[in-house]
Amino acid sequence: MRLEASELAVERGGRIVFSNVSFAIQSGESLIVTGRNGAGKSTLLRALAGFLPLRGGEVSLTPLLEDSIAENIHYIGHADALKGALTVAENLSFFGALLRSGQGGLSVEDALAEVGLVPLADLPAAYLSAGQKRRASLAKLRIALRPVWLLDEPSNALDAAAQQAMETVMAAHLSAGGMIVAATHARLELAGRELRLGAAT
Amino acid sequence: MTSGGGARAKMTESPIMAPLRALFIRELKIGQRIGGGGPLGVVFFLILVTLTPIAVGPDLALLAKIAPAMLWIGALLACLLGLDRLFQADFEDGSLDLFLLSGTPLELIVLTKCLAHWALTGLPLVAAAPFFGLMLALPANELGSLTLSLLAGTPALTLIGAIGAALTVSLRRGGLLLSVLILPLCVPVLIFGTAAAGAAPGSMIPFATPFLIECALTLFALVGAPIAAAAALRQMSE
Repeated sequence: MRLEASELAVERGGRIVFSNVSFAIQSGESLIVTGRNGAGKSTLLRALAGFLPLRGGEVSLTPLLEDSIAENIHYIGHADALKGALTVAENLSFFGALLRSGQGGLSVEDALAEVGLVPLADLPAAYLSAGQKRRASLAKLRIALRPVWLLDEPSNALDAAAQQAMETVMAAHLSAGGMIVAATHARLELAGRELRLGAAT
Repeated sequence: MTSGGGARAKMTESPIMAPLRALFIRELKIGQRIGGGGPLGVVFFLILVTLTPIAVGPDLALLAKIAPAMLWIGALLACLLGLDRLFQADFEDGSLDLFLLSGTPLELIVLTKCLAHWALTGLPLVAAAPFFGLMLALPANELGSLTLSLLAGTPALTLIGAIGAALTVSLRRGGLLLSVLILPLCVPVLIFGTAAAGAAPGSMIPFATPFLIECALTLFALVGAPIAAAAALRQMSE
């Protein structure tokens, strides 16, 4: 599988955030997007996910197994998509049902165990700490199997142990043939290329 | 191939139903636990109905005459309560991004959310309407046509409201704008709804004619509103 972006340009509020961004990654490769605040890291990830219209350029994924690129993508953004009124387990099983976890994803129990949230499974998500919410959000990566992970500051609010666990999961995903595009300021233990935004403009 | 993959709503067989069922159950659970919505809408409806005789005076004949109209306006306003949060919560907490990546057409997700919202807020109003009709001295033989007209009409109000909710999804205080946008669009439903509600069996006005037009309006909203609301959501989520 190959994710290719050629000469991407995105405009937000009349301002060109970035232009002429190109990269290509193969199965098992990762790309770390870096750059100062406002360089367009989050914008790039949202554009790759198809949430933002492109002003120019093209994103392609070959071979395309599902109907659309969107169905191959996991996007972890700043918002966790957790509903405070639902328990952690209910939130995760909803993610699973919505993202069609049918083929080979972990069960909700196993995913909770992996992120260390089993004791909190029946607690409404509103009572979780920021780091625990982040972990619950990351658990959806494992509940539904999708090849392309777009991670926006994945290690935000995570403690050292959780960060290490996350890096293990990411490494396993890569060795299983997945792809990761991560935007981060933190140092990630990922053997991947770096895409520096903002230098050119 | 660049963006908005969900726009190509290619229908697959049954796998499409499982995510929608999960969404429907999620919406009902959230609605029940947070409260507000349904019971509060009925209380609001009750207050409007109680205020009417106080304002109009204790003229039973006059009250019976304006009862269908008052009940319909009450239901219309009660339906609007809480509609502004229909998509806003999902927009703010990132669930909307999840919907866009789910592979389920956004139109069907919007429709499912509307159905759940109607079950939580519209259905209790319909159930309460006969009792409130009695409070306004509505003759017993008109209670049935009133309830039926509300049952057929309130889904259209929720669906039309969903367009406004999608358009105001990124506005902090979108409630007022939503009402201004949506209430004029509700006029046809109101016209034929009150006409059907005021038609007692055996009276001069036939019940079936306005009622069938009202049903047609609801069916039209059932198809058109999810498409419009989904298009608005895609624009607004940028």
